[in-house]
Order: sequence, then C-alpha cells, then structure tokens
Amino acid sequence: MADNQNFHLRVITPERLFYEGDVDMVEFNTTEGEIGVLPGHIPLTVIVKPGILVITEKEGEKEAALHAGFAEILPEGITILAEIIEWPEEIDGHRAEEAMNRAKERLASKTPETDVMRAETALLRAMARIEVIK
Amino acid sequence: MASMRDIKRRKTSIQGTQQITKAMKLVSTVKLQRARASAERSKVYFNCMFDTVNSILSRVGHVEHRYLMPGESQKKAVIVITSNRGLAGGYNSNVVKLVTRSETLRKEDLLIYAVGNKGREAFHRYGYEIKETLPEIIEEPAYADAMQLSQRLLDSFAKGEIGEIYLAYTSFKNTVSHEPKLLRLLPVDRGELEENSSETGAIMNFEPEDVEALDMIIPKYITSLIYGAMMEAVASENGARMQAMDNATSNAEEMISDLALKYNRARQGSITQELTEIIAGAEALG
Repeated sequence: MADNQNFHLRVITPERLFYEGDVDMVEFNTTEGEIGVLPGHIPLTVIVKPGILVITEKEGEKEAALHAGFAEILPEGITILAEIIEWPEEIDGHRAEEAMNRAKERLASKTPETDVMRAETALLRAMARIEVIK
Repeated sequence: MASMRDIKRRKTSIQGTQQITKAMKLVSTVKLQRARASAERSKVYFNCMFDTVNSILSRVGHVEHRYLMPGESQKKAVIVITSNRGLAGGYNSNVVKLVTRSETLRKEDLLIYAVGNKGREAFHRYGYEIKETLPEIIEEPAYADAMQLSQRLLDSFAKGEIGEIYLAYTSFKNTVSHEPKLLRLLPVDRGELEENSSETGAIMNFEPEDVEALDMIIPKYITSLIYGAMMEAVASENGARMQAMDNATSNAEEMISDLALKYNRARQGSITQELTEIIAGAEALG
C-alpha cells in the first residue's frame, strides 16, 4: 500500500517526549483488542488498555509497558498520548509482582464492594510490567 | 533629627532585609526556569489532547452526553490553585479575588478544592465551604496527583453531588506577565472548543464508538487541563515571587541611599556642633 519510508511514531507523556522516530510497525493493546499498525492505516483513534507497546524499527524491536492513554492513528504516523508508560529499565520487578498478587487476591475474594474494573486494570498493568522486563 | 546611631541601626537592618530579598529572588529565578521548562514540555501533550477532543466533538455533533450537560446539582466545585508560601506579590490574592468576585459563582453553591495553602486560608477567612485541601501536590506537581483529583471530581459529578466543575489558576504567559484565569472544566465548554478548532479535514474513525470514546477521553482531557494548570501555576508563582523580590530589593536600595544621605548629614551636623562648642569654649577662656 503506502511506501514504508516515513511512518512516524510519537509517544508523548505529560512529563516528557517519550519516543519519537520513524518506525516500521507499532503494536499495542486497546480496548478492542491487540492491534498492529502498519503504514497507510486508515485514520483511527483508539483507547489504550494496559499492555506492551512493541515498536519495530529498522534496527530491531523496542518494548515498553504502556498502561493508559489513547492513540491517534493516521496513514503517515501514530501519536500516542500516554498517561503512563515505562521502558523496561524503569520498572521495579518486585513491586510489579506484589501488585499482581494483590490484584489477583482481590479478584479471587471479591465481595460486592470490590471494584472489579479497577482490580482487573491493576492486574493487567502488573502483568504488562512483568512481561516487558522478561 | 534622628541621632546618628538610630540611623545607622536602621540602615543595617534594611541591608539585612535586602540580602534576604536578593537571595530569594535568585532562588525564584532558578525555580522559574525549571518550572517553565516543564510547563512547556507538558504543553505538547496538552495541545495534542486538545486537538483530539476537538475533532471528536466536531464529529459527533450535538450529542447528548453526560459530560456535555450540567449535572442536576446546584453545587459547583472550584479547584483553586495557589501557592503554599507567600511573598509573591499579588499572586495568591488575584486568584482568590477571581473566584470571590465572580458573578456566575455564588458563594453558597461553591465547594472549594484548595490546592495550595494560601488559597485555603483565604477561603476559610471568607467563610467558603472547603471540600478538600491539597497543600502538598503543588510543591512538586505530578501527573498522578492530577489524575486522582480529577477522578474524585468525576466521581462526585457522576453521583450528582456537584453539577459543574471550575478551575481557577494563574496562567503563565511569560516571565513578567501572568494572568489569573477561571475555566469551566465540566460540562465541557463546546463553544470555546469549536472556536479554536482547526479543521484538519481528515475523517477520523473511533474504536470504540464516538460516545464511548468521549466517556474515556474526556476524563483524560480534564486531567491534562488540571495538570497543565498546576504546571503553569508553579511557573507563575515563581515569576511573581521573582518580581516581588526584585521590587523589594530595589526599594531597599533606595531606602539605604536615602538613609546614607541622612546619616552623612547628621554626622556633618554633629561635627559642626562640636566645632562651634570648642570655638565658643576657647573664646570664653581667651
């Protein structure tokens, strides 16, 4: 379809410009399921669900844990507005594991008061963190 | 005329004050540079967010959405962003005045969410109802803080405890000009959004559907507004303090030179008097 020359990815967080560069493919998790975006995609805005962001560059792949935000996809590039995103080296594995266990416990012993949505999001988040540092 | 000793004591004390104001000015200058850099960084994110919300709203047309209509409650939440410390000229009082003198906001309807101690003190004095005080988050504004605050506000909005949400802060234009601003966060002000909308032309699709997307994006939009406001407020605070301290330093300078003149005059006066006394004494003896 479109030529693979300039597919531009920008990942912006409130605090910094997380990533900017030309890429071949971008994969991440959305509320509608995991998607992989190639150059020439139709314009689309999606909401991010906690998961792994895989950036395929010419030189190889880069991974990051992407937790919340949304992405604007255009044929010539993607802009991801990430509320929370981390490179693997920024993640504390122990904390993630503890958080995962806590979330699992909450889901297992759930009462009517349990905020299931929140616990699930926390679980997904912790799993994404653990996955990305492996 | 004041005695030489009094003038000297006064001068020393003003010099001491001047040293303090000078040091405070330097500290604010450094802090201002830092705050400004991070405010500019957060602006990129905010602009993208603004464009996206804009394009969604212009696409969905006049849809009935809960975030686009005022809630049933008469209560209005106002987030007031001030500093924790004073000595910043009119910085804090200007923001407070903006709320107390507003014509659309009636005192009895308001619930104050005070970010920063100075605002809380002022509203407490005026007898407003203060719902929350968050002095620590303005010290080092983090996105997570803004997220929690907006989450709590949206929860209250969803429960019908508040009908509208406002934000009062000082926007940062440049080092010398800061302007207190009152913004309505919820219901989202469509008029303002559409006025500023730049037609991109691209047809955007949404997954999930438009209305559902609004549900998820508007809270993020509000969080980014709150966060951006905090960043700008910190920059403005330091700018205002820098200016105030600069004025204080030059005022002290003026007073010191004035006192130096008075001191010299008093010294000359006492010398003349001593001389007259000696001459008169010598004459009496002769």
